Amino acid sequence: MALIEVRDLDKHFPVRGGFLNRVVGHVHAVNQVSFDIKRGEILGVVGESGCGKSTLGKTMIRLLEPTRGSMRYEGQDITELSHAELMPFRRKAQIIFQDPYSSLNPRQTVREIIGEAVRFHRIVPRDQEEGYIIDLIQKVGLRADAREKFPHEFSGGQRQRIGIARALSVKPDFIVADEPVSALDVSIQAQVLNLLMDLKDEFGLTLMFISHDLKVIEHFCDRVLVMYLGHVVEEMNCIDLQDSASHPYTQALLGANPINDPSDRRPLTVLEGDVPSPFDMPPGCPFAGRCPHQIELVPMRADAHIGIAPLDAGPSIQAIRRFLGQCMQEMPPLETYVEGHRVACYAVDAEAVGAAASR
Amino acid sequence: MSETNTTSAAPSILKVRHLTTRFKTDRGIVTAVDDVSFDLAPGETLGIVGESGCGKTVTSKSIMRLLPPRVTIIDEKSDIQFQGLNLARVPEKTMRTVRGDKIAMIFQEPMTALNPVFTIGWQLDEAIKYHLDLDKKQRRERAIEMLRLVEMPNPEKRIKEYPHQLSGGMRQRVMIAMALCCEPDILIADEPTTALDVTIQAQILRLMEDLKRKLNTAIMLITHDLGVVAQVCDRVLVMYAGRVIEEGPVHDLFHRPRHPYTRALLRSIPKSGRKEHGKRLPAIEGIVPSLTELPDGCRFQDRCELREQRCIDEEPELIPGPDRRPVRCHFPLDGGS
Repeated sequence: MALIEVRDLDKHFPVRGGFLNRVVGHVHAVNQVSFDIKRGEILGVVGESGCGKSTLGKTMIRLLEPTRGSMRYEGQDITELSHAELMPFRRKAQIIFQDPYSSLNPRQTVREIIGEAVRFHRIVPRDQEEGYIIDLIQKVGLRADAREKFPHEFSGGQRQRIGIARALSVKPDFIVADEPVSALDVSIQAQVLNLLMDLKDEFGLTLMFISHDLKVIEHFCDRVLVMYLGHVVEEMNCIDLQDSASHPYTQALLGANPINDPSDRRPLTVLEGDVPSPFDMPPGCPFAGRCPHQIELVPMRADAHIGIAPLDAGPSIQAIRRFLGQCMQEMPPLETYVEGHRVACYAVDAEAVGAAASR
Repeated sequence: MSETNTTSAAPSILKVRHLTTRFKTDRGIVTAVDDVSFDLAPGETLGIVGESGCGKTVTSKSIMRLLPPRVTIIDEKSDIQFQGLNLARVPEKTMRTVRGDKIAMIFQEPMTALNPVFTIGWQLDEAIKYHLDLDKKQRRERAIEMLRLVEMPNPEKRIKEYPHQLSGGMRQRVMIAMALCCEPDILIADEPTTALDVTIQAQILRLMEDLKRKLNTAIMLITHDLGVVAQVCDRVLVMYAGRVIEEGPVHDLFHRPRHPYTRALLRSIPKSGRKEHGKRLPAIEGIVPSLTELPDGCRFQDRCELREQRCIDEEPELIPGPDRRPVRCHFPLDGGS
């Protein structure tokens, strides 16, 4: 059984306006999202700003209340629980934030920052607390004397280590890491990623790793959810991401990512248009307005391995007719093509996805 | 340092020699940029890379003379040769004819660089009015033309809008339009795409490439993103703790880094593909030394896997090396990453 089962999760934010400050509409930050997280796995969530990935992360641990839908943790629906009933879950599920500057209290020493949660959840007896904290600080790669210092005395990478120590201090099973390395320099980013990998093994953690950086996700995660404007548009294994990515948005993300090799220069994929406002979302596929298929009204390439249907091939013509008509009217369902690979796009050819996966 | 260190094949448009910038701080005088020399050829894209605090932004702001004069000391030996002027020494009045006109700059955060209370059109108009002798109607036309050049949809409508009405990518386009309205010889782009999403970054990078080709502008691209460097730069300068530690054409530098730091930096980037998936990254342990507590020897010594006694005792010079590949290391690598 999966550790976490999310079903049809919605998170809408009311938008107020006008003279009486009435609710004039809703921003659909997370829309009909369903997925599982297996125990011990690292699930990546990737997307651009405003796609709802952070909202999803916060809703997962009920820092935000979901509008609709359910989330089961070890079989128990945590969306139903009262504040008091939620406490055991609060210990088991922790979060690491992007900005280690604003997520640590500047007036508390590291000992106080970490000790607070330890005491609240009664993780260790009072007399063992000091030793426990020292042990934890050393596990995240800081010196024991760091516990007497304040957050401003540390560099960004070290602060992120403190954030990680704080999350680990209550012995969680599941951690949401919301852009944990985005604010860090490359060399420090690698240190923190390695640390997370080590700690995951040592403590048997399950991670949800949110990032806008597909390179980091691809390297670090087992599986990835690609989000666009509140919708999951593709879900797949990371190990063959390059070959099997099938949704035009995932392909655009891959193509827009500059490759670290000057001998492999290629024109970066440029999507026309801007992301539509989540406030007045068009009906149909949220990506339709920028989709290369939609703009040219013909598939771009006929290479079967990309997973886009060639125009002249027999069985795919139907698929093309379908997406030409429907993209603008109806959100394509997230369909499973091969085990563990789901895509929400009318233009995607099932056979091609299967072929890419089997290679 | 001798001239041969940094000469490039084409005659250079900008020659920086021994640029040294110090700041007066509470903890004494700090040298943020230490003896930096490089050349920029017309139409060339030079990447300046390094981690936070390595001095890449201070280098560019020293050239533009955009640092607060009260706390900044640009050392006397600094020589920034541009069209017969030493920009490190010229009076502010002369600098104003260069800044924006011949050397323009774009910044990381277009929201803070644009004035929120004036329209896009007003701000473009101001830039054009200052540098070009045009009447009001011509200036408006020029503003629209510039917005069209940066592929802004609906420029006639957009000039009436305020910065907050634009997306991040659109704001950066306005910044570029503003920077290019006088057709500068040099464009300094300081982390121009760092705050943008990757699909928008791709748009801006392509735009800069197109404009470079059209206008033959030399670009100094300051970034920490090695992927961006690999894709758009011709030559690269690697900085560490205020020093240039390596320089070279982009292919050589990526495929045969000579400084252990450059090699380690390249290795620490996540790689795609099955072979590397889920593996530990070869991280550079430790952190960049504080500029107030620099070691006597090599500044990278604490983090270097090839450290020897000599590295602790004396700081290496920037050794010219063959093929325009100067490196600041006692034991440079011979190639092969």
